[in-house]
Amino acid sequence: MSDAALGGLSKPGADMVRAMRLLIIEDDREAAEYLVKAFREVGHVADHAGDGEEGLALALDGGYDVLIIDRMLPKLDGLAVIGRLRAKNIATPVLILSALGAVDDRVRGLRSGGDDYLPKPYSFAELLARIEVLARRRAGRGEDTQYRVGDLELDRLSHRVVRGKEEILLQPREFRLLEYLMKHAGQVVTRTMLLENVWDYHFDPQTNVIDVHISRLRSKIDKGFAQPLVHTVRGAGYMIRDGAR
Amino acid sequence: MTALGKLLRTTAFQLTLVYLVVFALFAAFLLGYFALNTRRLINEQIAGIVDSEVQTLTGQYNQAGIRRLVGIVDVRSRRPGSSLYLVTTPTGEGLAGNVGSLEPGILESQGWVETAYRRLEEPESAEHNALVRVTRLPGGIRLLIGRDLDERERMFHIITLAGRWSVALVIVLGLIGGVFVSRRVLKRVDAMSGTAHTIMAGDLTGRLSVTGSGDEFDRLALNLNGMLERIESLMRGLKEVTDNVAHDLKTPLTRLRNRCEAALRMAKSETDYRRVLEETIEESAGLIRTFDALLMIARAESGEVRDGMAEFDVAEVARDVSELYEPLAEDKGVTLEVDASQPAAVNGNRELVSQALANLVDNAIKYATADKANGERSGIVVKADTDKDQVVLTVSDNGPGIPAGDRSRVVDRFVRLEQSRSQPGSGLGLSLVSAVVRLHGGEFKLEDNAPGLRARIALPRAAMPPQRAA
Repeated sequence: MSDAALGGLSKPGADMVRAMRLLIIEDDREAAEYLVKAFREVGHVADHAGDGEEGLALALDGGYDVLIIDRMLPKLDGLAVIGRLRAKNIATPVLILSALGAVDDRVRGLRSGGDDYLPKPYSFAELLARIEVLARRRAGRGEDTQYRVGDLELDRLSHRVVRGKEEILLQPREFRLLEYLMKHAGQVVTRTMLLENVWDYHFDPQTNVIDVHISRLRSKIDKGFAQPLVHTVRGAGYMIRDGAR
Repeated sequence: MTALGKLLRTTAFQLTLVYLVVFALFAAFLLGYFALNTRRLINEQIAGIVDSEVQTLTGQYNQAGIRRLVGIVDVRSRRPGSSLYLVTTPTGEGLAGNVGSLEPGILESQGWVETAYRRLEEPESAEHNALVRVTRLPGGIRLLIGRDLDERERMFHIITLAGRWSVALVIVLGLIGGVFVSRRVLKRVDAMSGTAHTIMAGDLTGRLSVTGSGDEFDRLALNLNGMLERIESLMRGLKEVTDNVAHDLKTPLTRLRNRCEAALRMAKSETDYRRVLEETIEESAGLIRTFDALLMIARAESGEVRDGMAEFDVAEVARDVSELYEPLAEDKGVTLEVDASQPAAVNGNRELVSQALANLVDNAIKYATADKANGERSGIVVKADTDKDQVVLTVSDNGPGIPAGDRSRVVDRFVRLEQSRSQPGSGLGLSLVSAVVRLHGGEFKLEDNAPGLRARIALPRAAMPPQRAA
């Protein structure tokens, strides 16, 4: 497997990074401080609120790209914070953190206005990848009919994939996998994100089945081309990007 | 005192009391009615006798005058047990009769009246009561005829006395009976609450005593004992689980700690530290997986996920899961064949059933052996089938299988057979499958695939064919 030259989290593709302003509403001070520090290291700015009321006040002031809200908070419950924000027409993307983590709890979180849901304990890489996707979604990218990364093109209407001059034939699931990767080109996409969005499964399949699917896809996309497009980001997941740029 | 208070507060005693009051009131009413009727009957009898005498005497007077009347009255007055007679002049002077004294004004009245009187021959005796009738005869003569009421009073007295006694008897006997019944009930209930107390204090092996009479207390005791049996077995299960959880979480935690300690002691370079840290993260990910699986099983077993049930197609799940695992199988050189073309609707949680099937397929891939060169038989077959009322999902592999004696054991939590210890896994996969299947009211069995293992899930079939938009 060709590991990307990215080599970890501290140096994400330099040209992609746009500093984000994040608000972390979390009552565990130590965990929050760790997150603030970790986000700063990768070039984002994060504020911290220790309870639901303070968090709501800060979030209402606005100016954040993404809110990270713990499910269980003192004073005002996480879901209530989201509800009040949405009632005031504040559409800032929200990622819910929860120690509950079961299927129905996730559904409840998303139904109450959350945009993504991450059960505790999570890895920072997973959180970061999801936050970046949420921020990007807000920036208005995404629902194009055609995606292009380097010389790879994917047409969502005709379901055709072409690299250079060569058409690549993909199975339906491989197409959806590539589609998701290309939609988030230049961003880290984790294995759970793929499992959730391409397969619609929210459980851990124990063995890393996703890796095998990626390597299959890779053999169809990158084999025989000098410039690989699908990259593995160690400890995090995958990314499709044009390395030549 | 408290014992008495307890007795008085029993439902049985209070019921007895209410019953008693009702019964006593009824008895009193009955006797009162009887007494009143007797009184009326006696009055009527007296009136009949007096009326006929008045008729006779009036007739004699009209025919033969006052002399004759006085004569007859004189004769009749002297008969033993006679009626009361008095004949007077218009001014009230007695002409004949046996009445000594009367209440004043009686002679002025007419018709029926009750009065106290004394007989002429016994002026010293106490006054008696009598019912008398005063008639005015032509010529101003007054005729009084009456009967003594002693008999009536005696009768009335006897009846009221009998009434009082019988009511008193009813109350006393009722109270005794009530106490007896209440004490009996109280004894049984006390025994039961005593046992319940010891059980509450922590001794779950205690059972309520059953007399064998088959009465309602026995039935209650039997049911409560059944409940206790169930609670005890659940508690035993819970204890086993916590023990196992402690073991399966503590072992990797110990490993994790030892590794960090060793690194602190011995690591020389940054590379060494990095390697240990990476191993630590991996180990903690494994721990989280075990923990998640445990929570999932707990939730499935408690039925908590039952809210999220909907109708879905098991054949589709079989195809999807197989598709997810197919590349993994291929990597291992094993063919994964799917046989699930017919829709098979089941009412349940798609996510959980998918996860259960994923566990089975994952297991099958772990243990299946690579296909032989001739490729006569697929390494793994995932099959969804329906019969009249169930949907059967099977995952067959050609691996080493599980010895018949161990097949039911591996479904329990955390059990991993010795020979599979070398394979990675939390040992929870099959227990999760079993919990999910139980949640759906189905049946999970491991069978011999000769060679290999066949995992068979049977779920109740949903009534309607699935209607899914593509």
